[in-house]
Amino acid sequence: MGEREEEMEPLLCFPAPVSDDLTQVLERAGYPWKAVSRPEHAETDEPEDGWSGAVISADGDAQGAFALCRLLRTREVPLRPLLLLIAPNQIPELQLREDHFDDFCVLPVRPEEVAARLAHLFWHTGRGLRPELIEHGPLVLNLETYQAAVAGRVLDLTYMEYELLRFLAARPGKVFTRETLLSRVWGYEYYGGARTVDVHVRRLRAKLGEEHAHLIETVRSVGYRFGQGNWAP
Amino acid sequence: MNHQGEYVLRTVEERHIRFVQLWFTDVLGTPKTFSITPAELENALEEGMTFDGSAIDGFSRVQESDVLARPDPQTFQLLPWHPDRVPVARVFCDIFNLDGTPFEGCPRHTLRRTLDRAHQAGFTFFAAPEIEYFYFADADPSHPPVAIDSGSYFDLTTSDLSSEIRKESVLTLEEMGIPVEHAQHEDAPSQHEIDLRHTDALTMADTVMTVRLVLKEIASRQGVHTSFMPKPLAGVQGSGMHTHISLSQGDTNAFSDPDDEYGLSPVAKRFMAGLLRHAPEITAVTNQWVNSYKRLVNGYEAPVHVSWARNNRSSLVRVPVVKRIESTRIEYRAPDTACNPYLAFAVVLAAGLKGIEEGYELPPEAATNLFTMTPEELAADGIRSLPGSLNEAVVEMERSELVAETLGEHVFEWFIRNKRAEWGAYKTHISQFELDRYLPML
Ligand SMILES: Nc1ncnc2c1ncn2[C@@H]1O[C@H](COP(=O)(O)OP(=O)(O)O)[C@@H](O)[C@H]1O
Repeated sequence: MGEREEEMEPLLCFPAPVSDDLTQVLERAGYPWKAVSRPEHAETDEPEDGWSGAVISADGDAQGAFALCRLLRTREVPLRPLLLLIAPNQIPELQLREDHFDDFCVLPVRPEEVAARLAHLFWHTGRGLRPELIEHGPLVLNLETYQAAVAGRVLDLTYMEYELLRFLAARPGKVFTRETLLSRVWGYEYYGGARTVDVHVRRLRAKLGEEHAHLIETVRSVGYRFGQGNWAP
Repeated sequence: MNHQGEYVLRTVEERHIRFVQLWFTDVLGTPKTFSITPAELENALEEGMTFDGSAIDGFSRVQESDVLARPDPQTFQLLPWHPDRVPVARVFCDIFNLDGTPFEGCPRHTLRRTLDRAHQAGFTFFAAPEIEYFYFADADPSHPPVAIDSGSYFDLTTSDLSSEIRKESVLTLEEMGIPVEHAQHEDAPSQHEIDLRHTDALTMADTVMTVRLVLKEIASRQGVHTSFMPKPLAGVQGSGMHTHISLSQGDTNAFSDPDDEYGLSPVAKRFMAGLLRHAPEITAVTNQWVNSYKRLVNGYEAPVHVSWARNNRSSLVRVPVVKRIESTRIEYRAPDTACNPYLAFAVVLAAGLKGIEEGYELPPEAATNLFTMTPEELAADGIRSLPGSLNEAVVEMERSELVAETLGEHVFEWFIRNKRAEWGAYKTHISQFELDRYLPML
């Protein structure tokens, strides 16, 4: 087996430096995070598997913050969850920006409130700190019990099928090459070589059933992508 | 407990599994199984289950008869049918000595060792066998086998029992995550074929064991006997296990070269050359029964001569015309469905690797139909034959360093002794053929 990254990817925080209060909230709840000082850095500093979410404060550079929200939410795969922190006088600014964030807090932050809102958001998206469920349309993966079901039907997966599905479903919309999947899901020690990935995808699709087989999409001459297009939290 | 083990334990709990069957394979390719309860599973995963191997073909040793079966959690799978009406799962095991070293008699280890060699050279070995077999009314040896239909090749009109059983078997296999490429009625009455989609060879050897078991299981529920006997009926085709093979290197098919006349890379040609040169030595493994050699005769699309060709179904190695370069492959047509797939894949790969390592030269394609050539013509062209009997095959194998090295001393020795004994028993048997022919005459 290769390295398994049960570790959550960092939350994106904007702008840097992050206030002491917020730092405390994030540290106490145990969320890994990384702050960027300029909106562009949200792209350049993004970890390989994507940010796990974002906490964006509009208090300082309001224009930059709202632009960043738009950018993150109009990407091919919108970043979720996104928590917006605003000053009281910025409440009207939220109008017509409703789809650019998942929730907001009014500054000055109360640490318990931010923590509760983040926990709530992560619970919804299933990508939280203790991710117990990954839900994607009809597909549900229970990471605690290692069970997967599609449209209520439990799937009898082998371990590697489960692992592959878990890896992909946790990173919807991202394209992975066979080599990447092989090294991340199997580890390099495996006999199958990169073509093994095809074999497992074929099996997974068969088990998902015709109706849901499209959840795993083949990206021609690149690799595979999970659940492109109809991502709904 | 690692993640794979945890996965298995949780699934057993969540799915209310009552028994877990531990599967392994003896040296002759016979499936062996014993069941444990979920309570025993954790210990089995961590430490293995000790059992007495002395009654298992090829497992017995002089000093020590106990061995350890360790489940390979990657192969854990629920059985789609419920033996005794309770949910049951199976998991393949590797066999170890009590001191934790791999047991020399375990065919999975043998194949793994050879795959490791390929891996070190940068190759992954892929296999896609075509499983041919018969459905018979019963397994009673006191009368000739009775076919349960009279369908012919690609006969689409009959919706007979044997096709129904085959269909149900294919569905069961797909439920178990075994993709079936193609299934059809074969030439002979009640003969069927199931073609599997290629996977890495270790997975495929496990799969062949599963397929054989599923085909028997599903048919037996209708009171029908599935037979993998290589040549159960005289006068019609036997059951082969033609195997499509290729090597890949990273993401690419190492056998393909679009610029070559045959679409084959130098690696593929040397592999073929190795396979052809060593074919007689490995035949005892790919065709391990007295009866196997009743299949390898002229006239039934089974190979007899050591040759290769693009579209001649009587050649030993066939190079199929491919639609896409990723599916560049060769087809080895000697093995029969009653082989031990682990050992068969191991010796085929070893022969091919030898060709690559030593840079063997591929002989020219066999142009004409070899069956119409006289022995003198064949000899003049330097075309050798496969062994004509189990005895000849064992003699060839015994001389083979390649096979000894691939199987390991323990399996090599045991196999030869076992096959000598089989041949000895056959040699002293007086057949119906002899009685019919000689009793009235002599
Ligand atoms: N690289 C390979 N190695 C071994 N077998 C293969 C390979 N590619 C395809 N096959 C097998 O060959 C058969 C035909 O496969 P397919 O993909 O339809 O090939 P084609 O492109 O020639 O139509 C299948 O049984 C498949 O499993």
